[in-house]
Amino acid sequence: MRVFTRYCYLALSLLLWSNQAYATLNIEIFGGGAKKIPIAIVPFSQEERLPQSMTAIVSADLERTGLFKMVGTFGQTPHEPNDIVYADWQSRGASAMVIGSTHLLPDGRIDVRFRLMDVAKASQITGFTGAVPPNQLRAAAHRIADIIYEALTGNVGVFSTRIAFVVKEGNKYALQIADSDGHNAQSIIEYTEPIISPAWSPDGSKIAYVSFENKKPVIYVQNLATRERKAVANFKGSNSAPAWSPNGDKLAVVLTLHGGSQIFLINADGSGLQRLAQSPGIDTEPNFSPDGRSIIFTSDRGGSPQIYRMAISGGSAGAAERLTFEGSYNVSPRFSPDGKSFTYIHRNGDRFNIALQGLNNRQVQLLTNSKFDESPSFAPNGKMILYATEISGRGILSVVSSDGQTKQRLSSQTGDIREPSWGPLLKSQRNNDFIN
Amino acid sequence: MKKLLTVLIICLLSACASQNKQSAEVDDRAMGSSGSGSKDGAGSSGGFGLSPLRDPNNILSQRSVYYDYDSYTVKSEYRELVLAHARYLRDNSDAKVLLQGNTDDRGSREYNLALGQKRANSVKNAMLLSGARDQQIEAVSLGEEKPRATEHGESAWAENRRTDILYQGEY
Repeated sequence: MRVFTRYCYLALSLLLWSNQAYATLNIEIFGGGAKKIPIAIVPFSQEERLPQSMTAIVSADLERTGLFKMVGTFGQTPHEPNDIVYADWQSRGASAMVIGSTHLLPDGRIDVRFRLMDVAKASQITGFTGAVPPNQLRAAAHRIADIIYEALTGNVGVFSTRIAFVVKEGNKYALQIADSDGHNAQSIIEYTEPIISPAWSPDGSKIAYVSFENKKPVIYVQNLATRERKAVANFKGSNSAPAWSPNGDKLAVVLTLHGGSQIFLINADGSGLQRLAQSPGIDTEPNFSPDGRSIIFTSDRGGSPQIYRMAISGGSAGAAERLTFEGSYNVSPRFSPDGKSFTYIHRNGDRFNIALQGLNNRQVQLLTNSKFDESPSFAPNGKMILYATEISGRGILSVVSSDGQTKQRLSSQTGDIREPSWGPLLKSQRNNDFIN
Repeated sequence: MKKLLTVLIICLLSACASQNKQSAEVDDRAMGSSGSGSKDGAGSSGGFGLSPLRDPNNILSQRSVYYDYDSYTVKSEYRELVLAHARYLRDNSDAKVLLQGNTDDRGSREYNLALGQKRANSVKNAMLLSGARDQQIEAVSLGEEKPRATEHGESAWAENRRTDILYQGEY
């Protein structure tokens, strides 16, 4: 319920935000291309009185994308447009700057005002004003980062989205949901048996996952608002690798009803079992294309695990086309949100790394070079990939930009973390209803 | 429908083919052995009221089948053990087992889950061919999720490439 209230609150507060200059923005202002956007983020007034610095959250969000270069403020702290000496900021190399203020209201909420300024034009690009309860300050900071990101890059921001992952501590496993920066984690469910393969429903209201609480893998779907959960695939044998269809009414699942691991379709409530593919070996890790017409999946039908694509309806349904040819171990495929490329795990010598490949060419780009990378998952805007990696035997989460240029660990996490999955855009973002 | 039928037939044929092969291997081994495994396995309680499943002197107390790297073939050294359990199931029609396939922790968790399933299936198929019935056996996989050895390195990995045989009441 808390998650829901939070979304409702955000939706309401978004109505207060003004984006008068959105339409006039263009990327050319800031040079575009691979060049980083130099931006100065001035700490908001009275921010030090807050439980956490909002501008620190905004800066960290923007830096993680690899698209921004933070320009130092050299002790200057303008909070209103009239306080800004634009020439100074221009000489420091800033193209854009962020200013703002925070004010404690009598009812305990905080009045937050923020403006994104175009330094060269000495004018405001966008901004907002809103009253925020103290426990929503992080969420508000992420929205500010989203607004800045959208204004300066033209792409939708994903900082307000949520991520899911599994934390193992001792013999306890928790399925947790956190902000996109890994903070503010809450357990959805906790067990003394493993949990793997969390998958967000396209509307973000449910998560499908595999739990071993019955001494074998069973697929559950859990409603995040009500915490209600249901075993949707509990057939004889193993049940695993749930993947949602883009409209959320079906799940591709992997069952072993006839021996080996094979891909089936079920309705999201567990009814209507239908076999999707047929192979003599292992078929697993299905993932739907954004248009819902095909899936990509891992199969060892050719002798080693490789990634295949298969149409799920129409004349060519059931015929699989091999997509990966480099190396002898390519697994865990995930479509990019635009459906033009896919990410997966490629074994590179004794390393397991994140690879990116165009759907219509065979060019493989390795984005990481660590030892054990697992479970890549695209941000809903396609610009970043969340994955699990290992540092001195402990699982941690990391984010790499889709061009491989910027990698950053998500901090503040304890325990052994694995199986991350990046959630969808908020409803308000999907509908674009905050853009006037 | 026609297509489905064809697929089904091919499936059945290939299943038979592979099962026949395994059957031959298992039977050969059994005949070459002393046969004590099968006698002990036939439900004898050893005269001390100890369940044969828990009697350390009985082969039925052995519950783990180990595999080579990236393999799911039941090695010859485990065939006697698998056969003993199959005969126990045959002679005790109320008995049920859960076969849990396991893998080492390298690579994708879901792919390892599928590999563990292959391992559990290999034991199930051998048991079916030696008289156990399908409804007595559930083959599942724990993949890399429940390692018996938690370290990295070859000896830990080898310990984790395993199918465990659990009787009803033991899981």
